[in-house]
Amino acid sequence: MSGDSSVGGRASSSGAAPAPMPKFAVAARGALADTALRRDLRAVTGELRRRREAAVGELGDWEELREAGRAIRDETLLNLDAHLERLEKSVTEAGGTVHWAADAAEAARLVTGLVTATGHGEAVTAAVPAAREIGLYEALAEAGVTAHPTDLAELVARLDGGPAPADPAPPAFHRDRARLRELFVRALPDAPPDLPDDPAALAAAARAHLRRRLLSARVAVCGADFMVADTGTLVLLESEGNGRAAVTLPGTLICVAGIDAVVPTWDDLEVLLQLLPRSATGDRMSPCVSTWTGVTPGDGPSELHLVLLDNGRSAALADEAGRAALRCVRCSACAHVCPVYERTGGEPYGPRGGGPIGAVLTPLVEGVEDAARASLPYASTLCGACADVCPVKIDIPDLLVRLRGRVVESRRRRPVPTPELLMMRSAAWTMADRGRYEAALRSGARWARLLSRGGRIRRLPGLLGKWTDARDLPAPPVHSFRAWWRARPRHGGDR
Amino acid sequence: MRVALFVACFNDALFPGTGRAVTALLERLGHEVVFPPDQTCCGQMHWTTGYRREAADLARRFARVFRDYDAVVTPAASCAATVRASYARIARADGDDDLARAAEGLAVHELSEFLVDVLGVTDVGAYFPHRVAYHPTCHSLRTLELGDRPLRLLRAVKGLELVDMPAAEECCGFGGTFAMKNADVSVAMVADKVRHVRSTGADVLCAADNACLAHIGGALSRLRGGVRVMHLAEILAATGSPAAAVRA
Amino acid sequence: MSSRERILRRVREALGEERGTSVDVPRRYRRRLTAAEAATRADVIALFTERVADHRATVRHTGADDLATSIAAALWAREARRVVAPADLPFGWLAELDGVQAVADTGLTDLDTLAAVDGVVTGCAVAIARTGTIVLDGGRAQGRRLLSLVPDYHLCVVHADQIVGTVPEAVARLRPDRPLTWISGPCAAGGPEARRVEGGQGPRALEVLVVED
Repeated sequence: MSGDSSVGGRASSSGAAPAPMPKFAVAARGALADTALRRDLRAVTGELRRRREAAVGELGDWEELREAGRAIRDETLLNLDAHLERLEKSVTEAGGTVHWAADAAEAARLVTGLVTATGHGEAVTAAVPAAREIGLYEALAEAGVTAHPTDLAELVARLDGGPAPADPAPPAFHRDRARLRELFVRALPDAPPDLPDDPAALAAAARAHLRRRLLSARVAVCGADFMVADTGTLVLLESEGNGRAAVTLPGTLICVAGIDAVVPTWDDLEVLLQLLPRSATGDRMSPCVSTWTGVTPGDGPSELHLVLLDNGRSAALADEAGRAALRCVRCSACAHVCPVYERTGGEPYGPRGGGPIGAVLTPLVEGVEDAARASLPYASTLCGACADVCPVKIDIPDLLVRLRGRVVESRRRRPVPTPELLMMRSAAWTMADRGRYEAALRSGARWARLLSRGGRIRRLPGLLGKWTDARDLPAPPVHSFRAWWRARPRHGGDR
Repeated sequence: MRVALFVACFNDALFPGTGRAVTALLERLGHEVVFPPDQTCCGQMHWTTGYRREAADLARRFARVFRDYDAVVTPAASCAATVRASYARIARADGDDDLARAAEGLAVHELSEFLVDVLGVTDVGAYFPHRVAYHPTCHSLRTLELGDRPLRLLRAVKGLELVDMPAAEECCGFGGTFAMKNADVSVAMVADKVRHVRSTGADVLCAADNACLAHIGGALSRLRGGVRVMHLAEILAATGSPAAAVRA
Repeated sequence: MSSRERILRRVREALGEERGTSVDVPRRYRRRLTAAEAATRADVIALFTERVADHRATVRHTGADDLATSIAAALWAREARRVVAPADLPFGWLAELDGVQAVADTGLTDLDTLAAVDGVVTGCAVAIARTGTIVLDGGRAQGRRLLSLVPDYHLCVVHADQIVGTVPEAVARLRPDRPLTWISGPCAAGGPEARRVEGGQGPRALEVLVVED
C-alpha cells in the first residue's frame, strides 16, 4: 500500500549513528509556513478521513475484523522466526529465491547485485516503501544502474531533482497543475511542448511515459504489503496499476519487504484485504491487488527474488511496545486523522515515514539518544484519534507515552540534568506535600498578579513564554479554591 | 450522598470558580460535598511527559487521599481519565502492584458521568440564557467516552441554546506540554478551533475540562474573540439569581 | 554466520520467553453478506452491479444465449477493430463479431502488438459483490496476466454463479498458487477520489458483462 509509515532501521550497519535531522518543532516550521501545502494537506487528509469513515461505517463487523487483524499480527510477531522459515520454504518450493538482509546496506547491496547480474543496466521500481530506508536509488546509481521509479509521486520528485518523497501521496494534478506542466515539459521525456495544463492531460502524459518504461522493462524492483508464510504468496495493493505492471511484465522481479510483512496463512488475507484498503484510502478494495507465488511458467517473470529486510525490526521485538508497533500494516490511517500531521505533513518526522506510527517507530528502532529522535514521541497531543482508527488496534498514544518515558530515563542518566527534569522534579516535590503545595499556590498567585494586565497575562518569561506567544492566560484569582473552601461559613476548617 | 471533590491542581490555582460551581451544584441537588485538603495533583503532566517515577509518587498520594470515599467527583475530565486509564499503566511501569490494586478501588467520576449515571439526573434546574457551543475534549470523548452526557445536561438547561460546532471532535492543540514543546503546531491547531468556535455565533464555549478551555480561551482572548469560555459545571450551577452567581 | 542465521537468532533472542506463544484469532467477523445487504441471489448480483459501477466501470447484464451478441455490441460501441483473447476463450463468445478481428493469444510475444490492439476479452475466476471486484487467476478464459494488463480496454465476462458476496468467500474459493489480479475498477492515478484522475497503468476502461441464466 502507498502508506508512508514504513518501518525503518538504522541507516547503516553495526549501529552507526542515525543520520542527522532537526527536532520536530524546528522541522515543522517549513510546512506550517507554507499555506498552500497546509491547504492541500487539509483537503487530502480531510477527504481520506471521510472516505475511510464511510468505507468502515458500511461494514457491520469492523470491530470484529480489527480484533482478528490484531490477533493475526500478534501471532505473526510472536512466532516470527517460524513464519519466516516457513515463508522461505514456500517461496523456494514455488521457484523463487529468498535473500536475507540484516541491515539497510546489505539490502541495497543484494538488490543491486541481483539487478547487475541480469546484465541489464536499467530497472523499474514500483511501490517499494523501503526504498528510502535502504538507500536503494543511491546504491543502484553507484553501481551504474539507471532506476526508473514508476510511482507517480516518486516520478515527480525525481523529475524535480529531489529525493524520494516522505509522503508517497500522489501529486495533486488539479491543484498543482501549472508547476507540473512546467516540470513535465522541461523534464519528462517525450512530453509535447504544447502540453495543456488540465489534470487529465497531465496524468495522461505521465501515464504514457511510465507505460513505455514498464513495457520495455526487463527488471523490476517492487515491495509487498503481505507475504503469506504457508503458501509463499506475495501480495501488493495499489491504486496506480504500476505495481501490477511491474510484477507482470519484466523477466526478473526483485521484491523487497520488511520481515514484519509476513502473515501466517492464506486465510488471513480474508481479514487483511478488508482492513487495509478501507483504512488506507477508504476503498472497498484497492483498485489493483496482485498476488503471486514464486514463478508461474508462461505467465509473468521467470525469475523471482525476495529480499527479507531486518534493519532493526528484530530488535524492536524485544519489548511489548515494539511488538505492538510492529503490528502496523502501513495503512497511514493514523496519519490521516492526526491533527498534528494534518498541519505538518510527513517530512518533519524524518525519512522513515510520518504520522503517529512514524513518531513511534523511528525512535523505537533508532533510539532516543539524539534530540531529533527524542522529539518525535512529543509530536502529539495524545488526542487518541489514531488509536480509534488503527485497523490492528495499536494503542499509539500509549506507545508514545512509553517512548517519552524512555526519553526521560535516558536523560536522567546524563551527568547534567536538563532544565525540564529540574522543573518536573521540583513540581513533583511541591505536589508531594500539602504545605509546600499551598505555599506555591500563594506565591504563584502573587507572581501572576504582577504579570497580569486587565485580568489577562499576555507575556510570561522563560519556557512558559511559548504559551503566551499566541495565547493569553487568565490572571489567577486572589484566592485559590481551597482558600475559598476554608473560608466557607458552613464548612470552615478542613472538612 | 457524601461526595469527595477532587478539584484538580490547576482548577485550585487558576479556576476556583469551577470548584465553587461543582460544590454549589451538588449541594443544590441535596448532596454533601467534602474537600479532602491533602489533595494536590493526579500526576497527569508527569506521566504524559515521560516522568514515570514522579507520576507514580503522585498517583500513590492520590490513591491514599481518596481511597476512603465512596464517590469522588472531579470537574477535570483529563484528570479523571488519568486516574481511570493511566494509573494501571503507571503502576505497571513502576512495578507497584499495590498501586494497581488501589487504583482499581478508586471511585472517581467526571462530573457529567456522576450526574447522569450515578445520580440519574439530566435536568439540574439550571437557567442560563445564552448561545452555547460544546467542545468535547479528547479525554472526555475518547478516554472517558462521555458521549452525549454533557449535551443532555446542557439541553436541559433553561434558556440555553445549544449550537453545533464544525469539527467539534478535533483536538484543540493543547496536549499538556505539547503546547510549549510544539508551540507552533499547537497554535495552528487552536487557530482552527477558534475559527470553528466563532463560526457558530455562540457567546459561550463550554467543555468539561478547563485545561483545554484555557488554551482555546487564551487564543480567543488574544484575538478579542468576543466568546467566553466556561466550564460545564459553571453553566449547570447557574440559576439566574445574582446570589447564586458562582463565577468570580 | 549468514545473515539468515543472524536475523533468525536476533528474532529469537528478542522474543525471549514470549517466543512461540500461539495466539487464537477470533474470527467473529461475517463471512457472508447480511440479509440487509442481499437477501436473495438477485440481490447479490444487484449489489455487485452497483459496486462495480461505483468504480466507474460499466456493467451490463445479458443472458447466456445473448452473450455473443452482447460482446459484439460492446466492442462495436467502442469502435474496436482488433481485440485479443485468451486461447481458451470459449469459441462461442466471439461468434457474433462482425468487422472486429479477434486475435487469440497463442504465444503472442511482441508487447508492442499487444499494446496496439483495441481491447481484450476475458472471463474471470471469482467476482465479489460487496467490493465490486473481479478476480482473474489465469485459469479458463483468462489467459496470462499481461493480456488483461496491456490493452487499453478490458471486457470481462462474469457468470452470475461466479459472484460471491464477500472477501472471505472469495479467498476461500481462490487458489493461492495461481497468479491473481484483483481488479476493482480501472486503475487510477492518484490517491483518494478527489485527486484520482483517469490514467493509471492497466486498461483505462473496464466493462463487465454479467451473464444470468
